[in-house]
Amino acid sequence: MSKEASALDGLGAVTMTFMFGFWLTGLHLPENIELFRPLWVPLILIYWIIALPYRMGVYTAAVVGLLLDLFLGVPLGQNAFSLAVVGYLAYLLHLRIRLFPVWQQCLIVLLLVGIYQLINRVTEGIMGQSSEGLAYYQPTLVSAFIWPWVYVILRAVRRRFRLY
Amino acid sequence: MKTIFTRDAAPEHRLLFVFLLSMVLMFCEQRFSFLDPVRSALSYLVAPAHYLSHWPTQIADWFDETFADRTQLIEKNRQLEQQNLLMQRRVMKMAALAAENIRLRALLNSSSLVEESVIVAEVIGVDPDPFTHQIILNRGSNDGVYTGQAVLDARGLMGQVVSVEPWMSRVMLVADTSHAIPVQINRNGVRAIAAGSGFLDKLVLKHMPDTADVKEGDLLVSSGLGGRFPFGYPVAQIVSIQHDPGKPFAEVVAKPKSRLNRVRHVLLVFKSQNVQFDEASDRQADAIMEEVLEQLSDELEQTMDEMEASSHE
Repeated sequence: MSKEASALDGLGAVTMTFMFGFWLTGLHLPENIELFRPLWVPLILIYWIIALPYRMGVYTAAVVGLLLDLFLGVPLGQNAFSLAVVGYLAYLLHLRIRLFPVWQQCLIVLLLVGIYQLINRVTEGIMGQSSEGLAYYQPTLVSAFIWPWVYVILRAVRRRFRLY
Repeated sequence: MKTIFTRDAAPEHRLLFVFLLSMVLMFCEQRFSFLDPVRSALSYLVAPAHYLSHWPTQIADWFDETFADRTQLIEKNRQLEQQNLLMQRRVMKMAALAAENIRLRALLNSSSLVEESVIVAEVIGVDPDPFTHQIILNRGSNDGVYTGQAVLDARGLMGQVVSVEPWMSRVMLVADTSHAIPVQINRNGVRAIAAGSGFLDKLVLKHMPDTADVKEGDLLVSSGLGGRFPFGYPVAQIVSIQHDPGKPFAEVVAKPKSRLNRVRHVLLVFKSQNVQFDEASDRQADAIMEEVLEQLSDELEQTMDEMEASSHE
């Protein structure tokens, strides 16, 4: 009983990290470095799913995605679905990702965030907004590159709030 | 009790459910408008994040203002005074032109005068997606902002409001790839459609015939056709025209007049209300005209005096 009651404990900390991620997503940046902005929200989501797979999952990802849709002003459901896919894959792979060395984790993150971007781009295309060139995927590379730092910081948060 | 063998719903099924749900949501939002109130209600949840994202800029501004150099302030003050002088001169001319305009309208028996009101809004956010050009303003439906409203800066037309929430609104800039605006060339009234290119400093004129009277440097103003944008605001200036014999139309490129990526304050224009042309405005025109005439005669006297003085010497 006591274990189930504690299922919601510390979710405030998780929520705070997501809010911080939203804040970083909306932060004003000069136009020329905007393409170097990592995709914070998927990164944070991937971390929490591999760290707490029994509490976070596809539905969490979908809810975060819906909020991201509202935040970015894109059609409701676009990020909900793409983040749910990321959440699903992260959930499937979480046991493996945990054991990987850092560089291999980066590759997996590259893959997951790449899939996220790909789905978003296809949806945007269907909704009538076209974008050209490979620059669209530049944030994916940056995200994979920054993953080790995200990992270390969020792990510190998790340990500080004793989330297991 | 929860054992390790119980599973409530397989993640695949959850994913399928989310997929179907988001498809339905996107379809509904694309085709119908009944989700708009839901969206604006839910937007209260994320509005704080927008305002927080604006903080660093605000703090930087505050530092700039508080610790500004004295010499800088003096320099800026001087510049503003100069600008003020120039503006006043223009306003002086404006009065005469306004009076003339009213007279001409009266001659044409035109029934209405156009009067537009504006409110000032602050840019609190820029769309983080580098492939769309949208900005977020701190005015929303609580201030009477509506979808389709035109947005200006001090130099020209910037774009239009595409979605409104209670506290803020989202503006699509003229340079966005999914935006186009009906314009006309100020010099001769040739009509065109200026479509966004995705680059902030480039608009493309669609379907301009090779023989159309277009020159580099021509000013494009909003034509008001289509009823969305008010007439007569500067939109862009033509920078290059290319005639390719292999293509049916000329490639005309224009540069937006407004500074799309560096403004902080913008104007939201409310739809023009038709003001009946009546005696009041007639009297107003007379008053303006008299004032202007008086001013002119004063100036004339002054110059006459000066000329006399110089001729005596």
